[in-house]
Amino acid sequence: MVAQESHQHAAPQGFIRKWVFSLDHKVIGLQYYFLALTAVFVGMFLSLLMRIHLIWPTAILPLLGEIKPETYLSLVTMHGTIMVFFVLTTAPQGGFGNYFLPIQIGAPDMAFPVLNMLSFWTTFVAYVVMLAAFFVVGGAPLHGWTGYAPLSALQSSGPGEGLGADLWIISIAVFCVASLMGALNFITTTLDMRAKGMSMWRMPLTCWSWFITAILGLLAFGVLLSAGILLLMDRNIGTSFFLPLGTINGQMTGHKGGSPLLWQHLFWFFGHPEVYIAILPGMGVASQVLSTFSRKPIFGYKAMVYAMLSIGLLGFMVWGHHMFMSGMSPYSAFAFSIMTMAIGVPSAIKTFNWLGTLHKGRIRFQSPMLFAIGFVSLFVSGGLSGPFLAQPALDIPLHDTAFVPGHFHLIMGVAAIFGIFAATYYWFPKMFGRMMNEKLARIHFFLTLIGTYCVFMPMHYLGLAGQPRRYSQLTELQYLHPLIGLNTFMTYAAIVTVAAQLIFVSNLFWSMFKGPKASDNPWEATTLEWTTATPPPHDNFGGRTPVVHNGPYEYSVPGAPRDYVMQTDPATVAAH
Amino acid sequence: MGLVLLCVIWLITFVSTYFFIAKTWWFPHGASAATAALDHQFAVTFVLMGIIFVAAQLALGLFVWKYSGQSSSSRADYSHGNLKLEIIWTTLTAILFVGLNLMGSPIWAAERFRPAVDGATRVEVTGMQFAWYFRYPGPDGKFGIARPELEDPSAGGEAALGLDPADPASKDDVVTGIMEVPVNREVEVILRAHDVIHSFFVPSMRFKQDAVPGLAIHMHFTPTETGDFEIACAELCGLGHYKMHGILKVVSQDDFDKWLAAREAEKQ
Repeated sequence: MVAQESHQHAAPQGFIRKWVFSLDHKVIGLQYYFLALTAVFVGMFLSLLMRIHLIWPTAILPLLGEIKPETYLSLVTMHGTIMVFFVLTTAPQGGFGNYFLPIQIGAPDMAFPVLNMLSFWTTFVAYVVMLAAFFVVGGAPLHGWTGYAPLSALQSSGPGEGLGADLWIISIAVFCVASLMGALNFITTTLDMRAKGMSMWRMPLTCWSWFITAILGLLAFGVLLSAGILLLMDRNIGTSFFLPLGTINGQMTGHKGGSPLLWQHLFWFFGHPEVYIAILPGMGVASQVLSTFSRKPIFGYKAMVYAMLSIGLLGFMVWGHHMFMSGMSPYSAFAFSIMTMAIGVPSAIKTFNWLGTLHKGRIRFQSPMLFAIGFVSLFVSGGLSGPFLAQPALDIPLHDTAFVPGHFHLIMGVAAIFGIFAATYYWFPKMFGRMMNEKLARIHFFLTLIGTYCVFMPMHYLGLAGQPRRYSQLTELQYLHPLIGLNTFMTYAAIVTVAAQLIFVSNLFWSMFKGPKASDNPWEATTLEWTTATPPPHDNFGGRTPVVHNGPYEYSVPGAPRDYVMQTDPATVAAH
Repeated sequence: MGLVLLCVIWLITFVSTYFFIAKTWWFPHGASAATAALDHQFAVTFVLMGIIFVAAQLALGLFVWKYSGQSSSSRADYSHGNLKLEIIWTTLTAILFVGLNLMGSPIWAAERFRPAVDGATRVEVTGMQFAWYFRYPGPDGKFGIARPELEDPSAGGEAALGLDPADPASKDDVVTGIMEVPVNREVEVILRAHDVIHSFFVPSMRFKQDAVPGLAIHMHFTPTETGDFEIACAELCGLGHYKMHGILKVVSQDDFDKWLAAREAEKQ
């Protein structure tokens, strides 16, 4: 196969070819990971400023001065955009997917190494352009990560809607191109590069999750790219795709005939699958880790795969549930609502199966497992507010209140981040050849779990009480005054949670250089990455080509000499 | 470690659930005809989701404690799953979620599928950065023509909406900064926005609907109690989003008639 031959590049020697413009999927994976690591700190810092401003609106901050309402909204916009695109899409898929998909399926590299390098550097350009929006005249845009037109489509609709908004759109468009290249590579690699014996049904659930995520990305990012280009045209060359006849502050806009709802349809056609792009890899990692550290086969492997496939499929039919209050036909709400409720079914299957995996296991509480257990807890908590928002009638009181950010932060924010943490602690030994400090990891875990619940669970209460999203101050409406106390508590919880992340980075960088040396298979896991050297050589398996005999989760097989059977172990476990 | 995890997970579960059940922070008092059905549907959803939430979290805590393997030398149970169980919980959750959806549908239909009744109080609500304007049709019962090119927000009132003084139907229209309506009579809201999207949110009425430029969205609600109720903007509309609020004043029919007559008289 062509794909099989194109990876045959020799190990590079120079620093630039080895670490900067590298073709090696492992280096590219690390590049994605560290890009996401810087992005998550930027995004987290922005959210901290938001929480501080919300309860101390007149505070003068060192260096930054006073936060104005428009500054607050640009924090909202940039926090959401950076977190969704450059953290939740980048780290699990670009980072861990890149590094471990080829190794887990027994391939020497991705199918298209040059394309892989290009997709990373394109993402990097998008990231730089996004950050540049902070520094131009007017600052970053204030239209939120959803960029609803006309707010986002008119230069005069507010500060930040000038060059800042153009850079924001350009960055996202460039990011879409990068993600399309990445998605093609992932799909081709999964389909064409599997080692002998690695049938689809023997792939670890992580590989399934990256594969399905790549399919979602391929179908979703193209739509966002087109929408972004149309928005740029509305803003700069006078088209009216999203702009009806209207005024801003009494001045005619000069546009007519467009539809603001069209933007919402296009945006959410991308936006809802994007939610699953963020969380599916987390599901994969949680499954992998829960099975490994329970010393039990994953409960219902095929059910897990079918559940992910149906989540992916249904994910494309539910975008309208973001738009129940938008003015679209109320009849269509029926269809979108029932499809959305249907997604609850595969999500419930996954939860039951994770619990089933723990049941009668022999659980080892190492750091990856703690975060995987946390993932399940957060997935349940964040998931169960979904069926409220999926009902159009209940959206009448709940839509665009704090209930919504409470819901999606728990599930696609924090749960997905817990997936990234689990993956980091799990694969760190393989990537860097050293172990992370367990004691620090435990402190990090408990502070983060309790801290994030303290920040995001109260958002549900605030939403019930009617606190709207994206309000820079709570002082203007009388009925919000009693909620300021709870908001203050959340801000303190956020400060503690952010501080706990410093423990994580300290542990990460300290262990990278000073941690105890890791063996090739420190967790006694079964998948292919644990059969090769630590860290893996340039071609992953040092000239060997692995041959796969078993499924990915053969733990505690009766009669086997150890409580795990490697996928490459020729003493085949009877098929199930 | 298993026990610590159990304690933390259970504690989070109980504390979270306590504040929901104690209703420490809850919906504001509802004062519209839609309140009963909506709050009931919320309560049903809440009880069902609450049971799953507590059961799943308790099970998670229990399992990690009970099956912590440090103390045990024997191996884990070698099982790849259970098809019968999968089918049971798939079916149960499908029935639950689809059933919940069907239960809530009549409420949605009542709020959104039918037009306002004849004889409803008609108010055109317009959102503009960053204020709500309320227009009543005047004695002729007709909303007159508004022209965007005539808009002058700094002038306020009729001029802010760009009402065309040449149109006789516009002349008697009343534009106010607070929304006054009579109690126990349906209100037909005609929602408009001139610049960007806003969202007309009255928590006490259990009412919310986006106002979208280019669209005139017809909605209705029925206030059942007199009093002043706050109106918020629920869709990000720019830097003044947080202070785009208004007052809905629900009064007796008599008081409403007097108020409206006085406003109309001012126009003469």
